[in-house]
Amino acid sequence: MYPRSFDYVAPNTLAEAFNALGDNCKVMAGGMSLIPLMKMRLFTPGVVVDIGNLPDMDQITDEGDHIKVGALVRHGTTASDGLIAANAQALATAAALTGDVQVRNRGTTCGALAHADIAADQPAGALAADAVMVVESAGGSREVAASDFFVDSLTSACGPQEILTHIKIPKAGEDEGSAYDKLGRRGGHSDYAVAGAAAWVKKSNGSIEAARVALTGVGTKPQLAESVAEALVGTDGSDAAIEAAAQHAVDGVVVLEDLYGSEEYKTHLAKVYVGRAIKQAIANV
Amino acid sequence: MEVSMTVNGREVSADVEPRTLLVHFLREELRLTGTHVGCETGYCGACTVHVDGQAIKSCTMLAVQANGSEVKTIEGLASNGDLHPVQEGFWERHGLQCGFCTPGMIMSATALLDENSNPSEDEIRHGIEGNLCRCTGYHNIVRAVEYAGAKMRGEDPPPPDWEGAE
Repeated sequence: MYPRSFDYVAPNTLAEAFNALGDNCKVMAGGMSLIPLMKMRLFTPGVVVDIGNLPDMDQITDEGDHIKVGALVRHGTTASDGLIAANAQALATAAALTGDVQVRNRGTTCGALAHADIAADQPAGALAADAVMVVESAGGSREVAASDFFVDSLTSACGPQEILTHIKIPKAGEDEGSAYDKLGRRGGHSDYAVAGAAAWVKKSNGSIEAARVALTGVGTKPQLAESVAEALVGTDGSDAAIEAAAQHAVDGVVVLEDLYGSEEYKTHLAKVYVGRAIKQAIANV
Repeated sequence: MEVSMTVNGREVSADVEPRTLLVHFLREELRLTGTHVGCETGYCGACTVHVDGQAIKSCTMLAVQANGSEVKTIEGLASNGDLHPVQEGFWERHGLQCGFCTPGMIMSATALLDENSNPSEDEIRHGIEGNLCRCTGYHNIVRAVEYAGAKMRGEDPPPPDWEGAE
């Protein structure tokens, strides 16, 4: 089960990488999604541009008002990094629940985001964190809000000749908290999400001042559940308020039946995990 | 493409196609057939080896990606004929039946113990989450890793489950 033949380029600078990106190219960071797809010949790029040698991209840095997560930061690093834990717990948990140890040692957070699997964990975490995706190409750099980044199944706003060089995560205040939870395809937390939810809340004087809730595994893409957030804001964040808000989990979402669950079951799970994520997010404030 | 890496302490280099997976490079080019090819989809972990000290699935890594790296396979664990404590643990605690998953399982367990010398049962089970075994039900594998952990810490391993059993 070899991949089809391809040309391989491993640039040492970003400029070289942009130069190598032409037609029928794929950018590879860890390769945890790309290589299996190439082995199954679902993707047959003519050129693979391996960005694994690019310098300084494996860093998570404090940039004042935000945290910068470089393109080569592995899932395992995102899962255990103190800055991420302090500012985007939902993303840290989502990274910790991505794949298995071996996958977390190789795969990258930015790679998982750019790949945009409908059932991946970290897109939900990035949506809840209101992360900004920084997409660069030979023509320059542009910023895309997480809520605009996930376009459709396996389709993100990062174009074929662009590289998601880093993401920016806003710093969290003391009155903010976030969380992620899911049911994995192999039960518990194992494997991609049958259904998963990330939540972020900002409290003020005992009530929920602002909220963001994101779903994965349920619809055609990782996406915000805006009705849930609207229903939650202004409440006291009690169990009853969470329960009521969670009933809106799939408002406006096209719930897809797949091998892992019917539409009815996934709708049920979405409500359960939205509720759990919100409750944990409030506890994490 | 020319690739060079250190495998089990030996410097090797070869001319490979970019699509050559690391596991095929190890098995077919270097004839290190201890690393197994199980599922080919990245799920089973039978192909687990260490690259620069970390457990990775060699069926989901190109040989060219390992250029310049230090690779350790199951063949690199024993020294001078003495089994590594994890290998000994699998032997002593019946951590295998058919043995197909064992090389990958042992490489994952070694990486786990390198990072955490005294893992709880829960941490062991999470640490080998990326390795499937279709024979043992994992129970004796966990006991094998506990045995190895104790030996590596210089402690007496816990007695086997079957000791005193009727």
